[in-house]
Amino acid sequence: MRQYNLPRRTVLTGAAAVLATPHIAGAQAKAVRIGMQATFSGPLAQSGITHRNAIEMEVDRINAAGGLAGRPIEMVYRDSKSQPQEAARVARELVNSDGCDMLLDAESSAGSFAVQEVVRDLGVLCIHSSSETSSLTADPKYRVASAFRSSRQGIHDAIVGGAYAAKVADARKLTKWATCSPDYAYGRDTTAQYLEYLKHFKPDIEVISQAWPKLGQPDFTEVITKLIQAKPQAMYTALYGGDLTAFINQGNIYALFSAMQVFSVNLADYTALTAIKNLPAGIDTGNRYVVTCPDTAANREWGEAYRKRFKEYPTNWSWESSTGMRFFEGAAKKAGSADPKKLAEALRGLKIDCPFGVDGTVTMRAEDQTVVGYAIGWGTTLTKPPYVADVKAADWGTIFELETEWKKRNGFI
Amino acid sequence: MDLDALLGCVTSSSCLVTQTTSGLIVGMLLFMVAAGLTLIFGVLKIVNFAHGTFYMLGAYIAYSAFMFTGSYFLGVLAGGLGMAIFGVIFERVLISRVYGANVLMQLLICYAVVLICDDLVKIVWGPDFYAMGMPPAFQVPPLFIAGGVVPPFYIMLILVALAIGGGLSLLLGLTKIGKIIRAAAHNPNMVSALGINTTLLYSLVFAVGGMLAGLAGGLAAPVRSLTPGMGFSILIESFIVTVIGGMGSIGGALIAAVVLGLIRSFGTIGFPLFTEGLMYIAMIIILVFKPSGLFGKEIV
Repeated sequence: MRQYNLPRRTVLTGAAAVLATPHIAGAQAKAVRIGMQATFSGPLAQSGITHRNAIEMEVDRINAAGGLAGRPIEMVYRDSKSQPQEAARVARELVNSDGCDMLLDAESSAGSFAVQEVVRDLGVLCIHSSSETSSLTADPKYRVASAFRSSRQGIHDAIVGGAYAAKVADARKLTKWATCSPDYAYGRDTTAQYLEYLKHFKPDIEVISQAWPKLGQPDFTEVITKLIQAKPQAMYTALYGGDLTAFINQGNIYALFSAMQVFSVNLADYTALTAIKNLPAGIDTGNRYVVTCPDTAANREWGEAYRKRFKEYPTNWSWESSTGMRFFEGAAKKAGSADPKKLAEALRGLKIDCPFGVDGTVTMRAEDQTVVGYAIGWGTTLTKPPYVADVKAADWGTIFELETEWKKRNGFI
Repeated sequence: MDLDALLGCVTSSSCLVTQTTSGLIVGMLLFMVAAGLTLIFGVLKIVNFAHGTFYMLGAYIAYSAFMFTGSYFLGVLAGGLGMAIFGVIFERVLISRVYGANVLMQLLICYAVVLICDDLVKIVWGPDFYAMGMPPAFQVPPLFIAGGVVPPFYIMLILVALAIGGGLSLLLGLTKIGKIIRAAAHNPNMVSALGINTTLLYSLVFAVGGMLAGLAGGLAAPVRSLTPGMGFSILIESFIVTVIGGMGSIGGALIAAVVLGLIRSFGTIGFPLFTEGLMYIAMIIILVFKPSGLFGKEIV
């Protein structure tokens, strides 16, 4: 067997290095480690990448200003590969193995519900910055004391979308409606909620046709022709991303958008807006993220800074993660500490300045630990930048009122 | 289930025209991909699970060529030729090593190529989705035939797919190389014993198969989203077409693709919640009565 004889000096140097390690580790431990798991691979990789881009911007800004209560932020990123079980495993690993003090969970809803149980088990501070499923924070059986949400909520979008559509429908006398949404929980739930609030504000509408293409379906031709045959006056769609782009491109050649008024909740995100080469004008759309909603200098500056740095526009995911980081920052200022327990306490009811707030601020509502006051509205598409104009900001008073009724109906309060 | 709507559609000329052309276009693009798949299986007895990747790469190459040249024609051509070359490399470097091997080994190699190519697409083009956009020549209002809506772009696609299918049939049926390919499908050892270079022949088959998938990807690029992994969904439907038509039968693939297109088109009106299921039911019924598919040869 080959023998390795180490010189004594080497051994002593190595031992000295080992002995010095706790000191170095101690210096590094002063950084606040925030674990962030998201989808960084596969067809949905763009979500994780644009979450991370926004986080990087905020980390640089916060660290340049002194960090969280004087401690720099150090991010640890992990890929969950769009798998809920992997998201849960990675979240646990981030805390137990990577020594993260807190989590920023940028999973889609299925992953976030899995992460929520890890958060419950470990008691770690977590801000969900991607899941839009309302029950994650609204339903007491899912709620966790140390878990918060900085992403928009489906119920808010449904109320605002319904109120906006009812006004347009009233003005243009649109009573016959069709829907076309992806055939899984998100598409069906979002469509049902949208129609519920549309009928709440305008009871005389009639749904005459519904199409449910599967997620990732390459060809929507038969769906488009079915919609044309039904001859509705208006159509609602919850399609998004590449599916929405394909649907619009295929709908264009059937002149679908001149045959009916189209309401698309997910179109006003630059991912889709820039990918569509022949964007029809006049589609009504909910804002995901556009620099014109809110139409403020702060939002425009943030959007431009993002674009300058990453050579692309931010997405809806970007502002949601940016807001999550801003809440960590605001909580640390309020608590005068980066201790996760003190941060959690400070987060409840915290109001911070934020470029994405309808009045320049957003609030982490104490009762269900979710963000409110973010800019949410609907506008109509233009064929060229800024792509969406005349965005009508939502009335948060109406949202709160109807959201409370919704919570009561579902037994959440 | 909405049988009233379905009955109303088949008795209305506008609905009949619109849904029939809609079914034809879905079917023709499926046929283009499935034809390559069935050709490769017919000659080489290889189930090319990476065929959807050929379609995806063809679409991406066509997109880049279109953005570079501004010509849709050159874009589609680049997609087809690019995939013909890729098909040869794929066959020579990887598939030729597993001829006659366990099907699991072939599956493993194909799946590895799918994953590698998906990641390469993300590195080269990025994870975002792209849309080529409609070429200016086809940015025209749809035609109205008997009250039905028919986009000129889709008429062009149907004609091109028919021409390619017809050309392929002529190539296989009337030319010397076609006869050799058919002979190789029947008895490769005899073809080899006659001094014919089967290595070159097999590469040629993969080149044609790859080209068909690449052309389909390029042709569909103006109306479909380009995204890493986009080949998977069309691969499943292509397999259904290949199985219904009969593994190895080009004519069978054409008929099966059109049938599936029409099932989707009219199924979405009569059975809006079960359109996907209808395709599989059609496959099961055909396979129960004819296990080798509509035009497949019985295995003795």
